[in-house]
Amino acid sequence: MHNVLDKPLKQVAAPTRDQVVDLITAYAHSVDDMRLDAWPQFFTSDALYHVTTRENHEAGLPIGVVRCVGRGMMQDRVKAFYSANIFEPHTYSHMIGRSEFLEPTSDVAISARSNFQIVRTMETGRMDLFAVGKYLDEVVIEDGQPCFRKRVVILDSRNVDILIVIPL
Amino acid sequence: MSPTVQAGRNEASEFRWPPQGVTRAPYRLFTDPEIYKLEQERIFRGKTWNFLCLDIEIQNAGDYRTTTVGETPVVVTRDRDGKIHAMVNRCAHKGALVCLKKKDNVASLSCVYHAWNYELDGKLKGVAFRNGVRGQGGMPEDFDPAQHRLRPLRVESFCGMVFGTFADEIEDVETYLGPEMASFIKRNLGRPLRILGTHSQMIHNNWKLYAENLRDSYHATLLHTFYTTFKVNRLDMDGGITLSERKWHHLSFARRAKMQEAVEYVEAKVHSANYESALDGPGLLEAWEEFDDGITHSIQTVFPNMCIQFTLNSLAIRFFAPRGVDQTELFWIYLGYERDTEEQSSMRVMQSNLTGAAGLVSLEDGCINEFVQRGTRADPDQSSFIEMGGREVESERNSRATETAVRGFWHGYRHIMGF
Repeated sequence: MHNVLDKPLKQVAAPTRDQVVDLITAYAHSVDDMRLDAWPQFFTSDALYHVTTRENHEAGLPIGVVRCVGRGMMQDRVKAFYSANIFEPHTYSHMIGRSEFLEPTSDVAISARSNFQIVRTMETGRMDLFAVGKYLDEVVIEDGQPCFRKRVVILDSRNVDILIVIPL
Repeated sequence: MSPTVQAGRNEASEFRWPPQGVTRAPYRLFTDPEIYKLEQERIFRGKTWNFLCLDIEIQNAGDYRTTTVGETPVVVTRDRDGKIHAMVNRCAHKGALVCLKKKDNVASLSCVYHAWNYELDGKLKGVAFRNGVRGQGGMPEDFDPAQHRLRPLRVESFCGMVFGTFADEIEDVETYLGPEMASFIKRNLGRPLRILGTHSQMIHNNWKLYAENLRDSYHATLLHTFYTTFKVNRLDMDGGITLSERKWHHLSFARRAKMQEAVEYVEAKVHSANYESALDGPGLLEAWEEFDDGITHSIQTVFPNMCIQFTLNSLAIRFFAPRGVDQTELFWIYLGYERDTEEQSSMRVMQSNLTGAAGLVSLEDGCINEFVQRGTRADPDQSSFIEMGGREVESERNSRATETAVRGFWHGYRHIMGF
C-alpha cells in the first residue's frame, strides 16, 4: 500500500469549467498576440488539432484544411511559419462566444463547444472577417495544466480567403 | 493619362501580342475586363472540355451537383437510366438559378420563382398555370414546351471525371487530352475513387496567373522552401516536363533516384519512401510507393482550368474557377481509392497537410499570384519575361528548371483566343 503512495499520484481529475474557459481564452489571446511558439503548449503531447469545414465534418470526411496529430506536427507548423512559409504579414483577433459544456465522454476530460469569429488585419490595414465557426474541444489536465486533448475547428464556410498560416 | 485609363480605351479586338511571342505575356491579360469577357466566349464556351465534377458525386438517379463553366452556372444530373446530363443552371423563363445547393437528390428540377419544372435531362415538363386560372390568363395557344428547355452541354466521363463542353464540334475527351496525358490520368484516376475531403480558397488574381503557376516548375524549390527548411531528403530531383501535342496541357513529374532499400520494405511496398527530415512530426511524410514507374511527384494540368496532383500519396484534383477578372476560386478535391487500406488512407490524410489553403509546402501559391496581380495592374502594356529553359515550346524530359509549360499555356491560349 505504501508502495502506491510513494509514487506521485497520476492526475485523474477532470479540469473545472473555469479552467476550460480560461484555456480557451488564453489560447486565443496567445495567437492574437502572435506568441506562436507557445501554441503547441496548449495541447497534450498526443493531441489532435484539426481544422475542417462544416461540409466535410457533416459528411464525416477525414481531410479538411489542417490536421496535426501530436505536438510534433504542431511544432513543425510553427517552425514553417517562422522559417519556411512566405505570406503577407497579418494578425488575428478572436471573438469567442460563451462555451457550452457537452456531455462528458470520460471522467478525465471536459468537452465544450464555443463559437468564434476571427477578424484578420493585413499589414496594409485592411480588415476582414476571416473565419467563422465553432471549436469542439476536449480538455484534460496534463502535468498539472489544463490542455486540449482534441481541438476540432469547424469553419462554416468551405472557402478560405488567400491562405491559412496562423493557427485558428 | 494613366496607363490604366489608356488601356481601357483600347478594344480587346485590337490587342496585339508582342513580337517575342509566348516568351512574353502582356500584363493586360490579367486585368482587362474586355479580354476576360472574350475568354468566357472563346475558351469556356468555346472548343474546350471543362471539368464539371466527379462521377461519384452524382452516383444515384436524381442526384445533382452544381458548378460553373467559366462564370456560367451549370448543373450536372444523373437521370433514372443512369445517364449523366449537364445544363446551364438557368430557368428558361426568367433566368433564375434552378438548383441552389451544391448537391442534392431530386425527382425533377424545379425553379422556385414560377415553379417551372424540368426533367432530369433538362426538358421542360410543366409550366405553372399554363392554361390559366379559371379559364383566364395562361400561356398563348402556340406555347411549345419543347422550345423552352435548360440549355444542354455535351458531357463525357473520363476516368471518373465528368467533363462538359458548349462546343458542337469537338473531339472526344481522350483525343482532347492526347495519348500521353490520357495515359497518365489513367494511371492516377483509372480505378474507383473515394473523396476524402474538399475545400476552396479565394485567390485574388486572374485565373490565368494560377494556370501559369501550375505549369511553372521553376519556382517550386525557390518559393516553396518547406522541404529544404526541414532538410527533407527527397531523392527525387530527377524529373521533367511533358507537353501535350497542342501544348495546352502538361505533366510535370519527379522521380525518386534509385536507392538501396531494405529488403523487407521492398517486399512489403510499405513505408519504403522513408523521407529523412528534421521534422518533429515525421508522420507527415510517411508514404508508400504506389507505382512501379518510380514517379513520386506529379502535377498535371488540363486546359483550361484544372489540375491533378499526385505528390507522394496525396492525390487531389484542383479546379480553379474564374470569379471576375481578378478573383479565382480554387477548389481542392482530395481523393483516395476504394481499394485503399485504412493505413494507406491515413497516410493520404496526413499528407494532405502539404497542399491546400494551409499547405505546408505550397500555401505560398495562395498569395504569390495576388502579388503579381497587384504588381502589374498599373502597367497593362508591359509584359512578363518567360525564357527560362529557352524560347521553345517543347517537352523537356530531363529538367524542371524551365518555363516551357508556361509558354505552352500561352501557345494554346493565343490559338484559342485568336491573339
